[in-house]
Amino acid sequence: MSDIHFDETVDITDKVCPLTFVKAKAAIEELDEGQVIAIRMNDGEPVQNVPRSIKEEGHKILKLVDNGDETYTLYVEKVEDEE
Amino acid sequence: MAEKIDYGSLKKGGFMRQKQKGYFSLRLAVVGGQMTGEQLLTVSKVAEKYGHGYVHMTSRQGIEIPFINFNDIEEVKAELLAGGVKTGVCGPRVRTVTACQGAAVCPSGCIDTEDIAQKINDRYFGRELPHKFKFGCTGCQNNCLKTEENDVGIKGGMTVTYDSEACIGCSVCTKACREGALSMENGKVVFEESKCNHCGRCVKSCPVDAWKGEPGYIVSFGGTFGNFVYKGEEVVPIIGDEETLFRVTDAAIEWFAENANPSERFRKTLMRVGDEEFKEKIKAAFEG
Ligand code: SF4
Ligand code: SF4
Ligand code: SF4
Repeated sequence: MSDIHFDETVDITDKVCPLTFVKAKAAIEELDEGQVIAIRMNDGEPVQNVPRSIKEEGHKILKLVDNGDETYTLYVEKVEDEE
Repeated sequence: MAEKIDYGSLKKGGFMRQKQKGYFSLRLAVVGGQMTGEQLLTVSKVAEKYGHGYVHMTSRQGIEIPFINFNDIEEVKAELLAGGVKTGVCGPRVRTVTACQGAAVCPSGCIDTEDIAQKINDRYFGRELPHKFKFGCTGCQNNCLKTEENDVGIKGGMTVTYDSEACIGCSVCTKACREGALSMENGKVVFEESKCNHCGRCVKSCPVDAWKGEPGYIVSFGGTFGNFVYKGEEVVPIIGDEETLFRVTDAAIEWFAENANPSERFRKTLMRVGDEEFKEKIKAAFEG
């Protein structure tokens, strides 16, 4: 049911905390305002904590989808820092 | 040295007798694990001048300056005080109040632990009791400060409520919750409240703030982690306001003062006389 349109993907299942978040953050930084990225992450710590860290960075979380293989995909829309 | 050393009153002033004759390890008053840079400079100078040039960090966020000579006690106290540093306490009384950094700094924090630690310190620090009495304060269920080791432990939590109108059905909170209290059904969240431990992770993770959290205090009683180890126990539900919190902590200290034998820790008293009456007292204080 991932009918969400996205522009980029990043897979952070090869990383452990805190590099999961670092890799996701770096990938989001590459995006333009309003673009959507699909972030694939592992069950457990990453899915418990990465969405919240991305929220705290100020980006817009659209959906978390269970891939059924102990990984999840988080859809995030980039929000530029207003400075 | 003809003078007689009054160890009791020295202990009260934070002077711990060392095995080296005539020397004391001087305990300083630290609240919630924080000192200013200026206070640290004062401590540093005193350690250089009167001690052996080093300090010892205690297991409960305290600082001690070892190797203070008995004859220097008054000068040491005066120099510390001039630099804004007070001496701590040992012996049968309310000890250092410990705290994690809490909501003022930590993203996980549910309560302002430093503020609460300061208030508890102002209210109780140094109060004479049958035995030592420890307070610890931690900002959330991550429990960095290990509150249940303390005679009274205070842990931040949240009473959470769900707004299904605001929810976009992203399902992030159902994974953020570690207690399995949340699941998705038809694009909305089902909340099994009995499983909730008030950690507030749903509130912190929801991208549209569909979860609202009211901060509160989860209090545990009778913890001890020395010769005898016992995990402090909760008696009443999460407490929503400071006034009730202090009514409850007052009641606990009063009960201890009235019921404990000299040199008996809180938990040992609870075990000796039974905890029914204590629980009643705490519940009454909780209800006001
Ligand atoms: S107990 Fe919670 S609030 Fe306190 S430092 Fe740990 S994570 Fe942060
Ligand atoms: S407060 Fe914690 S335990 Fe309760 S529902 Fe929210 S995430 Fe789950
Ligand atoms: S995180 Fe918020 S928006 Fe997403 S499912 Fe939970 S309550 Fe709904």
